[in-house]
Amino acid sequence: MSRPGRDDAPDRLYTLTGGRSRSGPDSPFDLVTLVVAECEPTPGMQSEHVAILRMTQAPTAVVEIAAELRLPVSITRILLSDLHAAGRVSARHPRKAAVPDPDILEQVLVGLRNL
Amino acid sequence: MDSATSDVRTPLGASADNGLKIVVVGGFGVGKTTLVRSVSEIRPLNTEETMTQAGEAVDDISEVRGKTATTVAFDFGRISLDARNVLYLFGAPGQERFWFLWDRLFSGTLGAVVLVDTRRIDDSWYAIDRLEHHGTPFIVACNDFGGPQHSPAAVRDALDLDPQVPLVSCDARSRESSKQVLIALVEHLQAYYAGQAARPRQEFV
Repeated sequence: MSRPGRDDAPDRLYTLTGGRSRSGPDSPFDLVTLVVAECEPTPGMQSEHVAILRMTQAPTAVVEIAAELRLPVSITRILLSDLHAAGRVSARHPRKAAVPDPDILEQVLVGLRNL
Repeated sequence: MDSATSDVRTPLGASADNGLKIVVVGGFGVGKTTLVRSVSEIRPLNTEETMTQAGEAVDDISEVRGKTATTVAFDFGRISLDARNVLYLFGAPGQERFWFLWDRLFSGTLGAVVLVDTRRIDDSWYAIDRLEHHGTPFIVACNDFGGPQHSPAAVRDALDLDPQVPLVSCDARSRESSKQVLIALVEHLQAYYAGQAARPRQEFV
């Protein structure tokens, strides 16, 4: 049985997020929400926030950000929620519907056939 | 698992604004990552999600430590379909713990491909059962490993597959073949949702 130690990864993750393990239940960030930076990184900013702002100069999905930061998706969502609340990033959420829009399905098909 | 670094990332166009999801589910070694790699415009990346099951009643304290956290790793790739739509393809393990995270990660998924190795067909049962449970439309694709060919009827029979669910064969190493799998899925989705709209909702009697 291992005792929690300072090198345990979860501790590092808690530090990154100020102790939170999940974003609020109303967190709108889907895996494929596209995130776009609305400002430049500033001195003194948390390094993960800097990395996100650099990465999202072009639209970048939440899952890509998580992979690049090598952080679990839930932790990445918390970091993004903070940046979003501060107006530093904007979010382009997927157009979710109970049933997919037939026009979107057609666009997906056309896009795939053109591959 | 290596992941791309900043200097090799391929950024999306500035007008991209609608992310879409398709999930490829299958057992270990069935070729999920190969299929994703075949059609992806980026080298497949890997990430993980952790779920703590706090709040769930646990009767036996000895069980607690093993069950409090569930970590699932998954691969993904990307296809820019047009100026606005970007399709993300997720290769996900079909094992039990993965399905705890389905709602959190894959709600709103267009549909799924169950990738099957016909030499280990039983591995696919659970994935099919779970997709049906979640109401996610799917097709089944048999990855050709060069072994003896099974007739589609035999595979359908072995999987106890609903006649409505398309069954295709593919070579996940081939871009064209993998692309045809995705096209077959989206064509199925069109038929599936058109049929659903035409059918009146079933009432419980």
